[in-house]
Amino acid sequence: MAGDDDRNDPNRKGLVLTEEQLRRRKARNVAIAVALAVLVALFYLVTVFKMGGNVANRQL
Amino acid sequence: MSMIEENRVEAVAALPGPSLAGVEDYLALLKPRVMSLVVVTALTGLVAAPAGLHPVLGAVALLCIAVGAGASGALNMWWDADIDAVMARTAGRPVPAGRIAPGEALAFGMTLSVGSVLMLGLTANWLAAGLLAFTIFFYVVIYTMWLKRSTPQNIVIGGLAGAMPPMVAWAAATGTVGLESAVLVAIIFMWTPPHFWALCLIKSDDYARAGVPMLTVVAGPNETRRQILLYAIALAPLGVAPAFIGLGGALYLAVSVVVGIEFVRRAIVVYRVREGAEARKAAGKLFGFSLIHLFALFFVLLVEKAVGLPPLTAPIAGWM
Repeated sequence: MAGDDDRNDPNRKGLVLTEEQLRRRKARNVAIAVALAVLVALFYLVTVFKMGGNVANRQL
Repeated sequence: MSMIEENRVEAVAALPGPSLAGVEDYLALLKPRVMSLVVVTALTGLVAAPAGLHPVLGAVALLCIAVGAGASGALNMWWDADIDAVMARTAGRPVPAGRIAPGEALAFGMTLSVGSVLMLGLTANWLAAGLLAFTIFFYVVIYTMWLKRSTPQNIVIGGLAGAMPPMVAWAAATGTVGLESAVLVAIIFMWTPPHFWALCLIKSDDYARAGVPMLTVVAGPNETRRQILLYAIALAPLGVAPAFIGLGGALYLAVSVVVGIEFVRRAIVVYRVREGAEARKAAGKLFGFSLIHLFALFFVLLVEKAVGLPPLTAPIAGWM
């Protein structure tokens, strides 16, 4: 695609992010990754603790 | 330049521009200071409830309530960006300052609202989740969108949203709502007007410029001082009430009496001192003390439960 081909072209027109914008975007991405990891951990913990001892009581 | 390239350049120029928002801006959308109050009051509701969730599930429930409160704050900042922009106290918030686009704040707030309610339902129960959803709805739609710009009673009625966290937490722990949680809600509900009006006495010009009909703007500072005093007088016995319904112990009784009297004393000072820097100082001190007052009441309840201090015998226990 044309958009991908000229990604490293210094004469490329359109948005070119500044260092500060790149830094903040990276920080946002890291925060989203952390939030997703926390969500995974929360769902895991809630599942385990909601089941609790009931796992042993299930009908076999 | 081809027509396609020209169109592309024009389309890019029309975009809102790359986001300058940092992580701290998204955290600011959650109103962390309000969240800290919510965490303390909800934690008290959770710990004081007779039936308990598993500590891990309780912690997740508490997180859901805190995130739900934060989501309300984000949606409030999305809707109120226009008036926030003209008030000195709020002009630096992420949306009016242009660091976060209004649509981003809306999406952020809605995502967290739905996520926190669903997560609370799955973790605790759907009564608690329903109450959290009601709290968010009441704060965003009833208070922010409707009451705030239409009546000087905005924060009196809207204060219910800020008062609900102990009841949501109580429901999460017990699956029901009892008289005890209703009393905790009533304390925060009655505390909110004098707390907020004390701030309004200092920031009245801000609200007038933004066209928000706060009591100080519509009825004047002296009527506001009178109302502050009335609410402070009503709040004092209400603050003591948990000691008489089997919720608070001797320590709570002592602390609630002391802070209740001090709150009334400071409200009297605000009522009497009406001119100049001294009047602003008195209002500022009342505002600061109101935070200590609420934290003290809920923190002592929390400590009593945590260390196992027994509640006083409830004279009306037979009614419940």
